[in-house]
Amino acid sequence: MSLWNNYGMNRRHFMQHMATAAATIPAMNFLSHVQANADVVKANQKSCILMWMGGGPPTIDIWDLKPESKNGGEFKPIDTAASGVQISEHMPETAKMFQDLSLVRSMSTREADHGRGRYYMQTAYVPNPTVVHPTFGSVVSYELGKNRTALEIPAFVSVDGGAGQAGFLGMTHAPFVVDNTGRIRNAPTEEGKIRLADRLTMLAEIESSFMASRRGELPGAHKDVYRNAVNLMTSKQMTAFDAAKAEASLGLEAESEATKEAYGKNGFGQGLLMARRLVQVGVPFVEVNMGGWDLHAGVFDTLKNQRLPQLDKGIAAITADLKQRGMLDNTVLVWMGEFGRTPRINQDVGRDHWAASWSVMMGGGGLKNGQAVGATDKDGLQIADGSKAYLPGDIWATVAMAMGIPVNTVHTSKRGRPMKLANGGTPIQELIG
Amino acid sequence: MQSTSDKTKLIRPSNWVVCFGMTVAVCSWNPAAGAENKAAEKTSSSAETDAEKPATEGSIVEFIDQQLRQGWVDNEIQPSDAATDEEWIRRIYLDLCGRIPTLEEANGFLKDESPRKRFVLIETLLAHEDYVRNFTTIWTNNSIGRGAPRRVSRTGMEKFYREAFAKERPWNEIVVDIVTASGHYEENGAVNYTLAQMQMPDDGVQLTAMTTRLFLGLQVQCTQCHNHPFNKWQQDQFWEYNSFFRQVRKEDHRKLDPNTGRMVDDYSEVTWQDFSGPVYYEKRSGVMQVAFPRFEGHEVDPGADTDRRIEFGKLLTESIDGQPPHIAQAMVNRMWSHFFGYGFTRPVDDMGPHNPASHPELLLRLSQEFVASGYNIKQLIRTICATEAYGLGSQFNDKNKTDDPAAGEMPLFSHLYLKSMQAEQMYDSLIVASNAHQSGRGGWSAQEEQRQKWMQQFVVAFENDENDESTTFNGTIPQALMMMNSELIDKACSIERGSFLFETMSKPGSEPQKIQDLYLAALSRHPTRSEISKVQKMLNANSYRTNKLNGYQDLFWALLNSNEFVLIH
Repeated sequence: MSLWNNYGMNRRHFMQHMATAAATIPAMNFLSHVQANADVVKANQKSCILMWMGGGPPTIDIWDLKPESKNGGEFKPIDTAASGVQISEHMPETAKMFQDLSLVRSMSTREADHGRGRYYMQTAYVPNPTVVHPTFGSVVSYELGKNRTALEIPAFVSVDGGAGQAGFLGMTHAPFVVDNTGRIRNAPTEEGKIRLADRLTMLAEIESSFMASRRGELPGAHKDVYRNAVNLMTSKQMTAFDAAKAEASLGLEAESEATKEAYGKNGFGQGLLMARRLVQVGVPFVEVNMGGWDLHAGVFDTLKNQRLPQLDKGIAAITADLKQRGMLDNTVLVWMGEFGRTPRINQDVGRDHWAASWSVMMGGGGLKNGQAVGATDKDGLQIADGSKAYLPGDIWATVAMAMGIPVNTVHTSKRGRPMKLANGGTPIQELIG
Repeated sequence: MQSTSDKTKLIRPSNWVVCFGMTVAVCSWNPAAGAENKAAEKTSSSAETDAEKPATEGSIVEFIDQQLRQGWVDNEIQPSDAATDEEWIRRIYLDLCGRIPTLEEANGFLKDESPRKRFVLIETLLAHEDYVRNFTTIWTNNSIGRGAPRRVSRTGMEKFYREAFAKERPWNEIVVDIVTASGHYEENGAVNYTLAQMQMPDDGVQLTAMTTRLFLGLQVQCTQCHNHPFNKWQQDQFWEYNSFFRQVRKEDHRKLDPNTGRMVDDYSEVTWQDFSGPVYYEKRSGVMQVAFPRFEGHEVDPGADTDRRIEFGKLLTESIDGQPPHIAQAMVNRMWSHFFGYGFTRPVDDMGPHNPASHPELLLRLSQEFVASGYNIKQLIRTICATEAYGLGSQFNDKNKTDDPAAGEMPLFSHLYLKSMQAEQMYDSLIVASNAHQSGRGGWSAQEEQRQKWMQQFVVAFENDENDESTTFNGTIPQALMMMNSELIDKACSIERGSFLFETMSKPGSEPQKIQDLYLAALSRHPTRSEISKVQKMLNANSYRTNKLNGYQDLFWALLNSNEFVLIH
């Protein structure tokens, strides 16, 4: 379904855009804002890195092991740096970082279909035919992007993703999707850039009459996307996508072999490294995707030999790196997929879809880390008695609070319906302290 | 700005319905259009037969028009003015052929003064190879996705649909072929649908979910694990459907690569596997249950001798409590949404008591007619394209701006909603605009391969058992970058010999004429006088004074990048 079917742009934004467009577009320079004071501003800039585990990770084998149960599977738990918190033996490096990480072990989310689960976890709303809710990265882009005047690249970047929709917040807040090599396809050549100025001038003139014709807001949205694309193409901040490049004015170095190695030379690791660079230049929301979790068969072999070594390395590296750079308190880490997987092991030694009781990992962001919130019962089949069950809205409300977005924020859908931030979720008390 | 004074009265050619009916007959005399329709040829001289046809066809179109109008009255809105020829020709080419019209095609239509020219064009396009290509692309994407699922032959799938649409096979036969297909993935291309849904060993769960969603318009996948929260669908229903797909086996063959001495992928096929009796599934409570093959109340013998998919195929065309079969309603809903941007339900593939249709009587009547026509796809398209609503303009007025489904409102179809071009439409349109279609593009498969390769940059596959994927194309920065800087756009704006720009520029003619040709090629319309003078002013500005060709190049680039180009209106 087209992202353009539902898009919203508030009038003020639209008018601003029209004003810029009128003055346009010898435009190549209109976003070369001075970097002045950027470092000062950035010092307190909050960001979120979402590690999205497409397919639905078996959290019972990663974060919430049940060694005593028939559902426990092959793996053993090990201690972590957080006292009393144990995780999988195949996550040893991450275990060492657990003073800065936390678990929410009592997610109960009811949607166990990939599409619906993804939608629910990323927006905090269940799918509804009359409205497209914004994925939380779009909410952050909408709330924080506007204040980041020095930011010339999109405020919501997705590495290897692409499922998220900006919904009623409008196309400008849709994720900018790149692959983990950071290569931006169809970026202009230097010669092309020179030509572009004239062409954009021509374009602004040509489409002005269609813009003024009464055809709704789609034409305006299209134009906005073009403006963002032009900003992106001409920005020094493009360097953040390319780990091999340095840009002194942005504090970006070319990443050493050792650093690349530390993150893991795989899509997820290199995606996380890019995420750190993007956070450095002020991008408030970066999503890094890691797929291959839909383990209906052969779950333990795949985890042990493929998924967990990469996951372990990546999480440990980003946590350590952010901490060392003094960025961890301002960067919330969230790790989740569309659901967990069945406690019961199926006949193909796999685990199927399971939303009733599973875990999400969080970290950094100035949260009260080093703990596991909530618990499942002894077989992992349901939330343990006396434990509070959490919804995606609670996770995102916690993130919002950590990022300084007022939790009682209400957006308005295109139809005028009030939409509470994170579907009215409540920050998780234990984590916000 | 247009006057709004006459908008209370709908502008619509009074000969519309009559013409529509006649066109079918008239066009069957025309060897250029629908020449294969031998049955119609025979009756072409018979006035009685001609008179009968318009009556039935007129009535369904009239019925739709009347129903929609009632909705406008009830909601106190007024429809937009009818689309101009310029707006309409672009729309019909994109919707039927998946591309914009060429300069010649646009010119020919706009100059034609026949009052029946829209109907003639619909028939011409329905007989055009690009109609077949367009619907082949759409249904191949629906069936196996845009990415490249492992062990699935896109070529095979395309070949199946291409033949189906070219030979005007009835929709019910196409669907039955797909859901019952067995064999080699290139010899019987229909199996690729099944192969694509069997990416993981899952007892046919994904195949069940996709088949019900795509062909029946029912989303029963949630009931795999629990009863539907909002309607009468129970968990057993999912597993009853599923039990029809348990005799399906996917076999992946490998072969020795003589060069490397290694085993490599060979072909895949769908074969039969023995299965009888019930399927077992687990209730949330953990209690095991059984389900037998059953479809809408029809029980099928669960014995070993039953080919369950064949039985399923037979049941697909049974009416349900006097209502048209699901496959008819699902196709009608999809087809309506193809032309209008919105179907009668949202999403189009989630029909059922929990999600009432916006225009239930239209859906019902169109589905009944579709069944009565023998699941004739072209007839369904003719009907939809002949409606008053499809002929309306895309600009709204003061009295219908509330008709905005993008804002979540129920669509009332009082103006044409803008649609964004799909990636394939964009690609094909750029090829057309740049004349590349005329200079040896190779055969069908070479073209498909090129487009498919280009397409991959926008596809994100999610690697899960739903085989779902998304595209980063729809109105995003990657699309904008592609339109601004890609090789494709460079080619479209090329000034090399043989290119569209070169040809246009080397023809004799005044500057305004050339500007007009560029507008027609890109936007299928004439520029207004003020646009011409604006463009002329720009072309004579300093930067282009020494190199006029650069100016035209930039003008064409701007036209192709304009939102008037990328939106279907």
